[in-house]
Amino acid sequence: MEEVVLNTGDTAWMLISTGLVTLMIPGLALFYGGMVRVKSLLNMMMMSFGALALVFAIWIVVGFSLVFGDSVGDRGLIGNATQFLFLEGLDNSTALIGTIPAAVFIAFQGLFAAITVALISGSIADRAKFGAWMIFAGAWVTLVYFPVAHWVFAFDNFVAKSGGWIANDLGAIDFAGGTAVHINAGAAGLALALILGKRVGFGRVAMRPHSLPLVMLGAGLLWVGWFGFNAGSAVASNGTAGLALLNTIAATSAAILAWLLVEKIRDGHATSLGAASGVVAGLVAITPACAAVNASGAMAIGVIAGALCALSVGLKFKFGYDDSLDVVAVHLVGGIVGTVMIGFVGEEVGLFHGGGTDQLVSQIIGAAAVLAYSFVATLIIGKLIDLIFGFRITIDEEVEGIDIAVHAERAYEIFDNNQGSAFALSKGGQL
Amino acid sequence: MKLITAIIKPAKLDDVKDALQAAGITGMTVSEASGFGRQMGHTEVYRGTEYKVNLVHKVRLEVLVDEPNVESALALIVKAAHTGSIGDGKVWTTSVDQVVRVRTGERGSAAI
Repeated sequence: MEEVVLNTGDTAWMLISTGLVTLMIPGLALFYGGMVRVKSLLNMMMMSFGALALVFAIWIVVGFSLVFGDSVGDRGLIGNATQFLFLEGLDNSTALIGTIPAAVFIAFQGLFAAITVALISGSIADRAKFGAWMIFAGAWVTLVYFPVAHWVFAFDNFVAKSGGWIANDLGAIDFAGGTAVHINAGAAGLALALILGKRVGFGRVAMRPHSLPLVMLGAGLLWVGWFGFNAGSAVASNGTAGLALLNTIAATSAAILAWLLVEKIRDGHATSLGAASGVVAGLVAITPACAAVNASGAMAIGVIAGALCALSVGLKFKFGYDDSLDVVAVHLVGGIVGTVMIGFVGEEVGLFHGGGTDQLVSQIIGAAAVLAYSFVATLIIGKLIDLIFGFRITIDEEVEGIDIAVHAERAYEIFDNNQGSAFALSKGGQL
Repeated sequence: MKLITAIIKPAKLDDVKDALQAAGITGMTVSEASGFGRQMGHTEVYRGTEYKVNLVHKVRLEVLVDEPNVESALALIVKAAHTGSIGDGKVWTTSVDQVVRVRTGERGSAAI
């Protein structure tokens, strides 16, 4: 083996990327928090922060080994849990992974696990016991995220000799987590929404976002953080990272336009919530593809994701599942669009670039495998937690508001229940 | 003595206030109100889900006026609050038996 040396440029970029990915946690917390009613804002944000804290602890103990340890029996299904137990041999200042310190790679990848779990929380807004959510977060990341991340992110001879089946045997392209992160979280969100059931008054009473500026701020922070997520997935400071960054902007911008266009045609108004949702739909869809397509391909992915996700948000009312903040419509649908579109517009491998249908088939198999495993495993985990601990707060608590009932806090000391008015402007006196 | 109550568009509050002040009517109580009339609210859309919002924000303005000034005050309010579009609001008067100024104990017209 050639001697591996530390590259300072790569290391600098990965340090920055890790910081950027950390920014996605408050970004997601604000994006989700703004969309719920004011009585659930804190719980919504706490589900993200709680997931980050717990998942990272498990990541250090056993998670990194399960994802990046040598594949057990060379089957590509799960890493060796004891290989890097408590990060043995890696949590020092000299160990390297690739051309960067092992410590940086471990931190970067651990945040992916945390964000994936946090994404799921959007489907169960307003009604989940915080303790049950935390137990779910720990169980789900261990039993679902770690195996799937091993399938997708563990390349042979990178951290360990043998890696996961999707990355190495199937050869599906998933640069930064269209399958492992977004399809995974989306399918889990659907399963969990089914386990918990609908919120009191779902489809009957108005459940309007309490603060769209928070939603837009959150979407903006996610976008910035996503540069670390996507371009950082190059694990290098190079042209691949640059291309991923360009495509991340191109697809997201295109998705905003598509989402707004669908809204204008369907509802008569282009909304700020639509723009913020378009941001996330575009980011999700370009995640697997950001290093595999050119800028035109990225825009195509963005347009299709923006339009399809916008059209999918109505499905929950049609089929009667309360995926409160549209984890399915945005992450599952967006993740599938991005993953499958690589089979069409991927440079060299895509159908439209003369690559035939091989890659397309691999992409579909990879997406379907993650979707099916995540959905079924989440149903089982969620149901068990519901049977043993009870997953939902009481109806009274839910009506009063989960922030008070579960956290004994309210988000704002003073809140205008009329949600602001022109009168408020006049009240302050004339300019 | 009459109490004039006006339900008007929030955006017209300053116009009405200025018009009344210019006419020498210097006291009023203003509060935030919501309700509906023939206008019947509006529709909001969030991720494609339509919500009918039946209650519309208004401003409720209350002015105590001595008998001779009632008609002119009414006219001023209506003129200042008028936009011609639906939802301009309503103004009505009610008779007031007694008014007392808390600071001085003055009663009736002197207290207005």
